[in-house]
Amino acid sequence: MKAAPFSYLRAASLADIFVKWEAAGADARLLAGGQSLLATLAFRLSTPSTLIDVSRVPELTGISAGGGRIRVGALTTHAELGAHPLVRQQVPLLAAAVPLIAHPAIRNRGTIGGSLAYADPAAELPACCVALEAVIVAQSATGERRIPAAQFFTGLYATALGERELIAGIEFPAQQAQQRSTILELARRSGDYAMAGVVAQAKFEDAAFVDGKVVFFGVGETPVAAGAAVAALTGRSLTEEVIARAEAALDTDLDPPADQHASSEMRRHLARVLLGRALRRLCGKEEARVA
Amino acid sequence: MSTAVDISLTVNGERVSRRIEARRHLVDFLRLDLGLMGTRTGCEHGMCGACTVRVNGKIARGCLLLAAALDGADVDTIEGVSESGEMRDLQDAFIARNACQCGYCTPGMLLTAADLLSVNPRPTRVQIREHLSGNYCRCTGYHAIIDAVEATAARRNATSGP
Repeated sequence: MKAAPFSYLRAASLADIFVKWEAAGADARLLAGGQSLLATLAFRLSTPSTLIDVSRVPELTGISAGGGRIRVGALTTHAELGAHPLVRQQVPLLAAAVPLIAHPAIRNRGTIGGSLAYADPAAELPACCVALEAVIVAQSATGERRIPAAQFFTGLYATALGERELIAGIEFPAQQAQQRSTILELARRSGDYAMAGVVAQAKFEDAAFVDGKVVFFGVGETPVAAGAAVAALTGRSLTEEVIARAEAALDTDLDPPADQHASSEMRRHLARVLLGRALRRLCGKEEARVA
Repeated sequence: MSTAVDISLTVNGERVSRRIEARRHLVDFLRLDLGLMGTRTGCEHGMCGACTVRVNGKIARGCLLLAAALDGADVDTIEGVSESGEMRDLQDAFIARNACQCGYCTPGMLLTAADLLSVNPRPTRVQIREHLSGNYCRCTGYHAIIDAVEATAARRNATSGP
């Protein structure tokens, strides 16, 4: 359970990262909060020759608002994200997601950029980014690229980031007055990776569900947008019958993997239960349940 | 390229400087390089919470931090907070409620519980469970631990008034 030996370099600026990264060779890895990376190093699932510590790079920090969007620096910790007034007021889904991420000691160190770059399929923030139509701001030595979250997660622990490209920040649209959003998950121990989780966002016009997004996590290789369920909901008032139809539509949307935590059918069942709860919560029929 | 790194940081109020291997995590640094054995080595991959310490005033998993990355940091361990007496009442409550049992998880439990009480002086039992959910007690003495935290909060509130 000890990491294999590696060299350690600390980057002082964004430009310095790319200088050191270029010099360090192809298997160098960036270290931000390290809350996933250090565990994979301990298991020797990853044995980089060099770690480049980016955690003190000022260009990757801070939360700011402008043009109807909130920009979150990649080094923002989960704890900072959940506590920030701009996030709480304008992207409340993110603030609601934070208490579900791991445990307090990990939330103090883990970063949003690290979580997205790691792309664990059971993580909360990737699913939130897809549901919120966030834009990932990717940076390389040659310039900046803006990647829609829906195109960012390309497979199991895989992203659209290129070689020697990093996440500089994430831009979220501010929640509109008519929009409501929620996040729910089920895990055996509070704070563990979810066996299944759901993020839902919609507007209600004359009680009808419109402009909705339903994105699951923990049930596929990436965040999974539930298009058939949204189609079953769109334009309708959320009666129990409509909710049941959306739950049934998940048979089309989801093909969950089985592992030691849950079978495929159990995950599908949990996804249906979570969707029902999320929809009732969105339309005000069910308060948050205390686990 | 060298895998040795020079660091200088504050541990329990004392400045320490060492040359360490880059792969050294904070728990091994505290235990093996500084001889501070109060912080436990548990799972070494962030699951169990036995290695919980305070870094720059906030609780963190010692096994998920490289000592090399903590140059300039301010670290508090169970030895430091015991000496300062800042959580003496919580420690007494753990003893009174038999919440220590084998004692392996106790330092991490104390630091995590103290963190909760610092931000939420009147936690419910559900909130105590939630805050401690990342700390394993393999004696499974959770009820006694939650009793001890609850009793400490009640006593502090009785002392400080409503």
